[in-house]
Amino acid sequence: MNFKQVARAPSGDTIYAVASGAGKAAISVVRVSGPACGTVLATMLRRPVLARRASLRQLCSPSTGEVLDQALVLHFPGAASFTGEDAVEFHLHGGRGVVTAVLRALGQIESLRPAEPGEFTRRALMAGKLDLAEVEGLADLIDSETEQQRVQAIRQFSGGLTGHVTLWRECLLGALALVTAEIDFGEEGDVPADLSKSVREKAAEVLDYLDTALAQHKGAERVREGVSIVLAGAPNSGKSSLLNALAGREAAIVSEHAGTTRDLIEVALDIAGVPVWLVDTAGLREAEGPIEAEGIMRAKARAARADLVLWLTAADQGAIDLPPNLSADLWRVTTKIDLGRDPRCGADLAVSVLSGAGLEALVTRLGDYVRDRLPHEGVALLTRKRHVLACESARCALLRVVQSEVSQPLDLIAADLHEAARALAQVIGLIEVEQVLDDIFSRFCIGK
Amino acid sequence: MGMNRSYDVVVIGGGHAGCEAAAAAARLGARTALLTQSLTGIGEMSCNPAIGGVGKGHLVREIDALDGLMGRIADAAGIQFKVLNRSKGAAVHGLRAQADRALYRAAMQAALREIAGLDLIEGEAAGIECAEGRVIGVKTAEGDYFATGSVVITTGTFLRGMMHLGPQQTQGGRHGAKASIALAESLAQHDFVLGRLKTGTPPRLDGKTIDWTGLAVQKGDALPEPFSFLTKVITQVQVNCHLTATQPATHDIIRRHLHLSPMRTGAIGGVGPRYCPSIEDKVTRFADRNNHQVFLEPEGLEDPTIYPNGISTSLPLDVQEAFIATIPGLEHAKILRPGYAIEYDYIDPRGLKGSLETRKVKGLFLAGQINGTTGYEEAAAQGLVAGLNAGLAAGQSAAFLPRRDDSYLGVMIDDLMTRGVSEPYRMFTARSEFRLWLRPDNADTRLTAKGLALGCVSAARAVAFADKAAALADGQALLERHSLTSAEAMKAGLRVTQDGVRRTAAGLLAFPDISWGDLARIWPDFNAIAPEYAQILQTQARYAVYLDRQVAEIAALHRDASYKLAESIDYRGIKGLSNEIAGRLDLVRPRDMAQAARLEGMTPTALTLLSSLARRELVDARRGA
Repeated sequence: MNFKQVARAPSGDTIYAVASGAGKAAISVVRVSGPACGTVLATMLRRPVLARRASLRQLCSPSTGEVLDQALVLHFPGAASFTGEDAVEFHLHGGRGVVTAVLRALGQIESLRPAEPGEFTRRALMAGKLDLAEVEGLADLIDSETEQQRVQAIRQFSGGLTGHVTLWRECLLGALALVTAEIDFGEEGDVPADLSKSVREKAAEVLDYLDTALAQHKGAERVREGVSIVLAGAPNSGKSSLLNALAGREAAIVSEHAGTTRDLIEVALDIAGVPVWLVDTAGLREAEGPIEAEGIMRAKARAARADLVLWLTAADQGAIDLPPNLSADLWRVTTKIDLGRDPRCGADLAVSVLSGAGLEALVTRLGDYVRDRLPHEGVALLTRKRHVLACESARCALLRVVQSEVSQPLDLIAADLHEAARALAQVIGLIEVEQVLDDIFSRFCIGK
Repeated sequence: MGMNRSYDVVVIGGGHAGCEAAAAAARLGARTALLTQSLTGIGEMSCNPAIGGVGKGHLVREIDALDGLMGRIADAAGIQFKVLNRSKGAAVHGLRAQADRALYRAAMQAALREIAGLDLIEGEAAGIECAEGRVIGVKTAEGDYFATGSVVITTGTFLRGMMHLGPQQTQGGRHGAKASIALAESLAQHDFVLGRLKTGTPPRLDGKTIDWTGLAVQKGDALPEPFSFLTKVITQVQVNCHLTATQPATHDIIRRHLHLSPMRTGAIGGVGPRYCPSIEDKVTRFADRNNHQVFLEPEGLEDPTIYPNGISTSLPLDVQEAFIATIPGLEHAKILRPGYAIEYDYIDPRGLKGSLETRKVKGLFLAGQINGTTGYEEAAAQGLVAGLNAGLAAGQSAAFLPRRDDSYLGVMIDDLMTRGVSEPYRMFTARSEFRLWLRPDNADTRLTAKGLALGCVSAARAVAFADKAAALADGQALLERHSLTSAEAMKAGLRVTQDGVRRTAAGLLAFPDISWGDLARIWPDFNAIAPEYAQILQTQARYAVYLDRQVAEIAALHRDASYKLAESIDYRGIKGLSNEIAGRLDLVRPRDMAQAARLEGMTPTALTLLSSLARRELVDARRGA
């Protein structure tokens, strides 16, 4: 028997998930399984690790190179691992910020996706890692897990996610039934002609719901992850001073010193009850040599991911060009107005750390800004990454339906509707052909 | 004493399934007999005089791609061709033709007679002889005996067929034909799970007694599109159809006499198709409608018989006469033959393998309505697959197993064997999850190469296929060779997104408003590609983006299908499986995890349990090897 060969059945995607319990803990374990584990190690670690040995390594973001955490890394090469595939475990410092950053980093690597519930176990079964006796015990467990998830889902979303997605699904099912009726029975009589308008309307309706839910999710994510504000500007524009001044004020409590291993200085503040990451790009710009170039690159990358950039210009400096490709909101702030020059010169705000002028106004505006970005009402429906990804792909497909030209043939519209339906089905269950047909036959008189 | 002969394959039944089955087995070189109650009834269209439609037309193209008969015969007998869904996308084009019933029969009989190694024999199959769980021969009511290892049964509605006309009941397979009682009894010995279905047919009218003035005319396509990849042009005379509709007075009469309908009286217990309801059903279920369309379809060029499509009924003859007279144009129409309903047995197709061989009896194949389907095309498609597999089995070759992602043949057979039927099964394009790939235009690309490998494709088709493949490859190379930036495209008058991207001609052709002709204006060498190939290349380019999105889905299907489940698994002995699912698994015996996942009522827990078995069987198989 050649077990190794058997166990290496093609499994396609590489999956990842937090393997330890939810909530705050001293250590969180993130597990990765699948053929791309080698890529994960190569892109996130600066030095290789030995198989089946615990190694202390810095974890870096694959896109920016930013250090995310100092972690214990374990590599279990395929066949002998729990899932039978190449597997990696990261033992991280338990803060939510770190875990979220690492998960996000993994999501950026091609062919990686979040694991479905129970998927690690399922892969272990597929690889023949558990025998039938163990599986039988497991089946009960999976059942009880599902039940728990159901109860939890109902509690957590207070009549939320399943109910909503079920309604969206029914709406899509209606649209699919219309398209199917027109395609498969359109020439058999009693199906109203040209249903594409109402199909688009139904798609647009679900799209609206998805947009709202995804926007709410972004708000909820901010509650968890915090709003990030980057201080940027020319050297000596007063970034560090402003950071210290903001951090020292009563309204902005310094809650934690994070990122000591990072090249950027980040300070966590609490504004309006929301964690706010204030990022100072100062030291970087003022360094010299090749490190400076690297630092500027990172500062720009950080600014690109920020919610808000405060672009500082000292009152005694000339204005310099803004960084290109900024997707964040931008406020121009004139600093050092105590130097007595024109306090504004086209800026949104003007402050002096020395005299304290304008600081109160800045903090008030930051408070308003943060509050504006919170979910407005109700609880966010989408709290799991898996659900968010599913809704995002449904949204893309529906966008294609809504924006399609009049000349778009119906079979392609149907394909997009199916894709949206499949994506939503991942959240709550499958859409069956039979259901679509049932809907058609109950509504239209089909048959010559 | 009758004759005593030996064949590789015996096909029972001369309908659409039987014809394809016999022809397919013989094409593979198997010595084949087609046994039918009436040689003159071979190729009869016992219901509506039309071939194809949406989904059904796809099946005809696939039959043709494997060198089957239906497409070519319909091309020869078609008297009105029309591509349905012309504007709804190439993947859902429905090739359809009204056919002259006499021409169709004649062309089919002639085609079968030309096939070497195929004997057409008149007689009633009375029993399947078996030994040690496998077929050894067929005996007939006339006393003949045919020794054979492979039998294909395609008896349509003939298994315990019962016709209903009002309260009157007649045993029979269709109008004027006997039911197959003895064969049914012979099959009963093997303990197949049987079910009962019904279908119906409308009264036939004398066209000479119809007042055609004022009825809406329905024309066919000006340029008929043939079914067969081998037919260059349709030469048959083309005719029109007409359209009329039922009236409130029609519905009144039907409602007043519903108590005489065998459906209502409980005389019929079988389940009828929802998509082909009787006029009684329509009037009852859609009570708010004042009209239902009636299509008046000619049954032949020389034949005055009209098939009124849309008013299938089993009401007594005098009621049929009364309600027909209320329909515009039919006031004085004479009924040539009354409509009737027919009930018949089918064998639960969940007992079939993917080759359409029964799991219970080795060498016994079933195709057509006996498996719970309806329609000529569905029957013919199964006949083709069963005939090929009967021939392959006779030659000890591996079975031909069409798949969900390569054909509607695969979709249909998988649906049947995995989910069974609850009403007569008809093909719709909605049944395929890979609809954009399973197009009528590429049926040959999908299947002809497989047919060549099996040995069921003629030399003439092989040459035509190779020529076409070469021409398409040339065209595709042309599309990849030329390119334009978005600015250049705009300058050339093409509407594309102004994003600075350089696109190949194939990429440009994916835009809805850019045609092959537009490209030919920019690059004259595009004119060298024949219009029919240009059309296919345009469709390919248009669907490529969408097909790319499906690649992951197809890969997932293949991955699940690579986990095999052994035929011998004791499902009822698995702890943790519900009785219901264990029973269904026991009946269907899915061949892999992909099929298991499609079973009705399947749960994640049950799949998890199965997945460990799938793995184990693979390991065991290797251990044995």
